[in-house]
Amino acid sequence: MFVTVLFALLFYVATAIFLVGLGMRIARYARTPAPLKIPTTPAPTTRGGVAVRMGTEVLLFNSLFKANKWIWLFGFMFHVALALVLLRHLRYFLDPVPTWVVLLQPFGMYAAFAMVIGLAGLWARRLFVERIRYISSPSDHLMLGLLLGIALTGLSMTYLWHTDILAVKLFFTGLMRFDLNPLPTQPMLLLHLFLVASLMIIFPFSKLLHAPGVFFSPTRNQVDNPREKRHVANVKWMIAVEKPATPADQ
Amino acid sequence: MANFETPELQETVEIPALKEGVMSHSHPFVSKQQFQAPLGFPGELADDWKDVAINKLGELLKTNRALQVFMDSCVKCGACTDKCHYFLGTSDPRNMPVARQDLLRSVYRRYYTLPGKYFPKLVGATDLTEEVLDQWYSYFHQCSECRRCSVYCPYGIDTAEITMATRDIMNAVGKGQKYSNEIIGKVFKIGNNLGLPQPALEDTLLGLEEDVKEDTGIDVRFPLDEKGAEVLVVTPSADFFAEPHIDGLIGYAKVFHAAGVSWTLSSHASEAANFGLFIGSAENMKKIAMRIREAALDLGVKRIIFGECGHAWRVAYSYLNTLAGPFDFLDPRYPVPQHICEFTHDLIQRGVITLDKSRNDHRRVTFHDSCNVARASRMGDMPGGQFVIPREVIKAACNHFHDMAPETIGEATFCCGGGGGLLTDDLMELRVKGALPRMSALKQVVDEHDVTHMAAICAICKSQFSKVLPYYGFQMDQIISVHQLVSDAIILDAKQ
Repeated sequence: MFVTVLFALLFYVATAIFLVGLGMRIARYARTPAPLKIPTTPAPTTRGGVAVRMGTEVLLFNSLFKANKWIWLFGFMFHVALALVLLRHLRYFLDPVPTWVVLLQPFGMYAAFAMVIGLAGLWARRLFVERIRYISSPSDHLMLGLLLGIALTGLSMTYLWHTDILAVKLFFTGLMRFDLNPLPTQPMLLLHLFLVASLMIIFPFSKLLHAPGVFFSPTRNQVDNPREKRHVANVKWMIAVEKPATPADQ
Repeated sequence: MANFETPELQETVEIPALKEGVMSHSHPFVSKQQFQAPLGFPGELADDWKDVAINKLGELLKTNRALQVFMDSCVKCGACTDKCHYFLGTSDPRNMPVARQDLLRSVYRRYYTLPGKYFPKLVGATDLTEEVLDQWYSYFHQCSECRRCSVYCPYGIDTAEITMATRDIMNAVGKGQKYSNEIIGKVFKIGNNLGLPQPALEDTLLGLEEDVKEDTGIDVRFPLDEKGAEVLVVTPSADFFAEPHIDGLIGYAKVFHAAGVSWTLSSHASEAANFGLFIGSAENMKKIAMRIREAALDLGVKRIIFGECGHAWRVAYSYLNTLAGPFDFLDPRYPVPQHICEFTHDLIQRGVITLDKSRNDHRRVTFHDSCNVARASRMGDMPGGQFVIPREVIKAACNHFHDMAPETIGEATFCCGGGGGLLTDDLMELRVKGALPRMSALKQVVDEHDVTHMAAICAICKSQFSKVLPYYGFQMDQIISVHQLVSDAIILDAKQ
């Protein structure tokens, strides 16, 4: 019972910090003005074009592909795998389980391996490529360790030490209704859940902010049309300097 | 020539092994009170400079979305680490874009993020100290704001924005750069970077009219401050006297002459360059840009056309409408502003002017895409027009054109090594080393295609190359203006 209460509290706190922290960060990005037009050109000249550019960045990591094929390969592998694994995990929160989640199940299972390979590749580069080792802080290694830990503890429950997954599902669906059901105390499960909660808590204060950040990046989300449409923003210096008389005033 | 070694040219771009701190001695002369005051900056560090710096950073974070997003988003993936020409040329790891950014980001983390406040070591956060300020001064003056790294960053993080912000902070605490700030002061006082007053300008232009008359026998005019002209031409002041810039200016004049379009230069806005961009000072950039609006109104022109200048074209194309617009008093049939290459290209397309390519047969030409034109602007109405239009103009003016390697042109172009406010003799080592990737690419087309000349559309590129070409065994006059090619090929009197 102690473990159940502890993890219930942990997940309530983690969810609150994740949602509120991320929401505040996104609000800050949205509120901060972008005073000047700075798309990295060549850039699309229409909104639709920008949507396509953003799509290729977010879904295919287009710029990273241009930069470095190895980082792209491992990074892409990790992110796609993570997305599949996350979607697969919906089956532990939704009742009944939607058909598309059921269909995704086998892909999600294999994706866990791809996730581990991707993370291991990225970590190897961080350790063995001199340039990337130079720019790494302890937190960069810890972040990879955390993600790898989540993936490995998850895999271990699939293949080595099975857990009572139905009880886990009851615990989480219960949490969503503020109803406490006992959580199995299998160590791998508790470690897995602890690491996931840690990730949620760290998210809004860490480099994981690249996830919302990319959508707000002016070099990628601005339309290249400064001559056609005058770009204005509400910043002090833009309105502070006095305007000279226009012909109409003369 | 100097107390440093010129790097050896390479066949392809090589990623050097790291040599920590080898460029930490490099820094430009610090500005003095007399150059700081006209820009509204303090002349020296005050006792509370740290608070001023941290508050200024906070203010910039609130007023510049790019800075806030870029500070948070970097994941240290390493995509940018081998993209900067200064890193490739110097091997100093702090010249890797992410490492340069981290000089500011580590301070941002310390004062503006929770983990940085409580676990500074873990996330690489550092206190702002005089030592950090010195590192800023050194390494944020080893970035030419060329945006090459931003092309490759998965989040579009642009080191140029971070360099500009940090230079703005340094100016706010009284640690400005003499070169840029002195020049901005000259624009405010006289109207151009070179401090060329109206009478001297007039004299120079009359001299050019005589030269062209002597050369061609034709009266090509170089009008100054002529009210009622159709077009105001705003060009970098280097075009008035420096080589090879001046041959470009002669080219513009011949194009206007042949097209029969009336034009004028302005002594009030006798400068296309806007160094306010380099120091990241929006206020100063706006003040400089306003002079162009004032000149256009005063002279009653209908169009504004910019001469060959890279960062000036960025400020003109991307910012002029924002900084000094709206330009509803100009002829709405033309974009505001236009680039001289757009103007010339259109005239060639419509057959208004005729070029005799064979007059450039003694030249085999390649084209250097200037960074600000390539990655911060456009020409024409199609994305990438900034690559197509200048090349079309060159190809219409000469028979022998060969591009350099694809990974060194277009959006991937390498900076000349002297942009972003670094075109000063106190940074000669940096400029020479930073030119390595471009010089290597040039060597390749010289060897393989017997290229004799590299054309460019940027005053800084032209000055920089004139200076560094000899370090790499080339001749200083191998860099030419695009409109010099036009100038030599254009047929001024079709009846002849």
